[in-house]
Amino acid sequence: MEFLAWFGPVFEPWSMMLLLIGTIGGLILGATPGLSPTMAVALAIPFTFRMEPVHGLILLGALYTSTVAGGAVSAILLKIPGAPANIATTLDGHTMAARGEGRRALQLSFISSLIGGVIGVFLLIWLTPVLAQWALAFGPSQLFWLAIVGVTVIATLDSKSVVKGLLAGCVGMWLGTIGFDDIIGAQRFIFHPSLSGGIHIIPALIGLFAIPQVISMFAKGRTASDLQSAATPRDALSAQASGVLGAGLGWISSIGASFVEVFKYGRSLSIGTLVGSIVGLIPGVGGQIAGLVAYDQSRNFSKEREKFGTGHPEGIISAESANNAMVGPSLVPLLTLSIPGSPTAAVLLGGLIIHGIFPGPDIFTFHPNVVWPFINSMLLGQVLMCFFGIIIAGMVAKIVKVHHSTMAAVVLALALFGSYSVQLSMNDVFIMLCLGTGMYFLERWGYSAAPLVLGLILGPIAEGNFVEGATIAAAQNGVFEYFLRGTMNKVLIALALASIAYAVWISRRTQAHGGQS
Amino acid sequence: MKKLIAGAALALMALTGTAQADGHNYPDRPIMMMVSYGAGGATDFQARIVTMTAGNEDALGMPIAIINKPGAGGRVGWNWFATQAEADGYTLGAYNVPHFIAQSIKGGVDYSTDSFEPIANWGADPAVFVVAANSDMNSMADVIDFAKANPGKLTFSGAGLFVGHHIAALQLEKAAGVKLAYIPNKKGGAGAMKAVIAGDVMGGVNNLSDAFRAQAAGTVKILGVFDVARNDFLPDVPTMMEQGYDIDNASVNFRGVMVPKGTPQAVIDKLAATVPEMFKNGRVAGKMKAGGSPMHIMTREEVQAMWAKRQETLTTLLEGL
Repeated sequence: MEFLAWFGPVFEPWSMMLLLIGTIGGLILGATPGLSPTMAVALAIPFTFRMEPVHGLILLGALYTSTVAGGAVSAILLKIPGAPANIATTLDGHTMAARGEGRRALQLSFISSLIGGVIGVFLLIWLTPVLAQWALAFGPSQLFWLAIVGVTVIATLDSKSVVKGLLAGCVGMWLGTIGFDDIIGAQRFIFHPSLSGGIHIIPALIGLFAIPQVISMFAKGRTASDLQSAATPRDALSAQASGVLGAGLGWISSIGASFVEVFKYGRSLSIGTLVGSIVGLIPGVGGQIAGLVAYDQSRNFSKEREKFGTGHPEGIISAESANNAMVGPSLVPLLTLSIPGSPTAAVLLGGLIIHGIFPGPDIFTFHPNVVWPFINSMLLGQVLMCFFGIIIAGMVAKIVKVHHSTMAAVVLALALFGSYSVQLSMNDVFIMLCLGTGMYFLERWGYSAAPLVLGLILGPIAEGNFVEGATIAAAQNGVFEYFLRGTMNKVLIALALASIAYAVWISRRTQAHGGQS
Repeated sequence: MKKLIAGAALALMALTGTAQADGHNYPDRPIMMMVSYGAGGATDFQARIVTMTAGNEDALGMPIAIINKPGAGGRVGWNWFATQAEADGYTLGAYNVPHFIAQSIKGGVDYSTDSFEPIANWGADPAVFVVAANSDMNSMADVIDFAKANPGKLTFSGAGLFVGHHIAALQLEKAAGVKLAYIPNKKGGAGAMKAVIAGDVMGGVNNLSDAFRAQAAGTVKILGVFDVARNDFLPDVPTMMEQGYDIDNASVNFRGVMVPKGTPQAVIDKLAATVPEMFKNGRVAGKMKAGGSPMHIMTREEVQAMWAKRQETLTTLLEGL
């Protein structure tokens, strides 16, 4: 309960102001495609140079929390995931928003983020010493198998058919091998100089999700039937907007309804939070796949499995509770062992060191005056994030009413800006456009972007850890012994097999029921 | 609309028109510095600290903004810097020696020491040998004894191939006359350190600054420094030379500022005179010390000599690899 004693510094006026700036700024940065949490924190670090350590870290903590949640805004409204953490949110979130229920989707996402996030921070507060050892249990062999478990998710993720899902996943893994490989010291698949740095995940994400949409929006043109269809969802919103008082009341009751809905789907909320916390702990994998794994698991356990992908609340709740639940635990290895578990944590490590704070097991003994307010600020940041998120949701949800010819131009501009800003490189913009155009055709043939992106993320993790493990194994007892020994490896292999069996069972059942695939 | 376009064009001309750099009014707009590693890494982190006073009147009078071009162990950034960066003095780059020199010797890149003009060096981060805190090994002799009894079985991590850590590993193998199993880590120095702490490998080569923090956190022991003299941060840790291995400072990670070849001489002179003074700022030194980052300020002439010497050593060391 020591953390309670350190709430004082957070409530000082200057700290509160920074907390507000961090939260609101983070929501806006997070909602901008291409500005990932890592970048937002990296951009803010120079501003903390002149601050007291405690103030600097409050700002960084608030930013980290709210950029992760802010990523849901563009995922839901524009179908562009702000960061890999938000990929799963697009699957149901955007479908729901396209139905004209953007506000509901955003409210669900912020409320689930709040709950997942708060639980995640409490895990950080109470279980840090225990969890730190757990994080270390993942060596190269375990991380390899974990990535393989992730790969098996591909088969059933957002695809009409298992085969198409797997094919898309393979293409993604192949894309992940492009670039200069440092371990074997060779160039792989560099057909053009712009590919020498490999394919960065953020531009790929933007291209694969945003560009197919832009093309189909332009392709639709301005037809009469289309104007009509754009008008239909407008009715639902304008009905609520009739009269300021009516709108205000409608707004408050809709928030209440969203809260009730989140708790109604308690199972998805718990699965999301649990998966997010566990995956968040593991150094090197972190938040990138937390959302997708949680989405997949909560679908497997859901009674309304068929509704996933059609704008189903459970899809949003599990994905968003998972990616915010990951925030707290991802700091466990950083604070206690000085091992940054995620790219964002690596940047935060820089922020800590610059103020002379060296993370380590005794950080809570030596620097309680900085670390506890930092953690508390994340706790408070979650609440503020949800509050402002819901306010913003009310304002920006109307975006879906914008006519799609205008929308296409805006999304294209954001996609260009977002992919350029990651590394200030035009190469990324070209890669983004090429991948996006390719994806447009793939989508027409029934493939989808999510398994492809998952392949792109997991391929390098699986490969890197396999190569590392194999090199170590070569100096010891051989590859088989190294990758198959130990309880953790066996559990992960069993999980992967179970996941494949499930995919086969589902596809058999769909066929038996006369499904199209 | 036409008016708007004309106005925008005028504004653009006004912005770019004054960009011609000569020694007199240079710099008259903010400067960009390319770091070929990701945000948050040691090079990025130090680059941000040492350039934070650039805007002061006694320094350049204009701020320096850091941009990151990470990828392929720095090759993406340095390729860009050698082939595409404007040689007008408004694009600086951070160098890491021995990395870029070793990569250029190994081949497959568009740069060499001849592609760049050094300005000044700010830091020198030696490599050290670490083992987990609970390891039985307490000196380099213990490590080498094990390796001699079990050839090729001593696994130790480092940040990749053809970087300082790899050079240090090669030097150790050569000086001790043993075969070791160097395990390059795809996640860089932080990943290599995690492998040591978690016991995935038996030891590792890592940056002195990171190892210093890890030792303070109680997770590792530091057994030796790959440098010609002991380090101020670790006065109790002997060098490799002291422990009987003939290893010099070829693996020390020197970090500094450079410009592309073809930058006007007046600009180079101005930068070469100002930048080392800028590094000496007390606030910079304080932040660097707090971060456990060893400073080592060198002038343009000293860096030129260091590059030439390193080119020679590394060519011999990397022969036949």
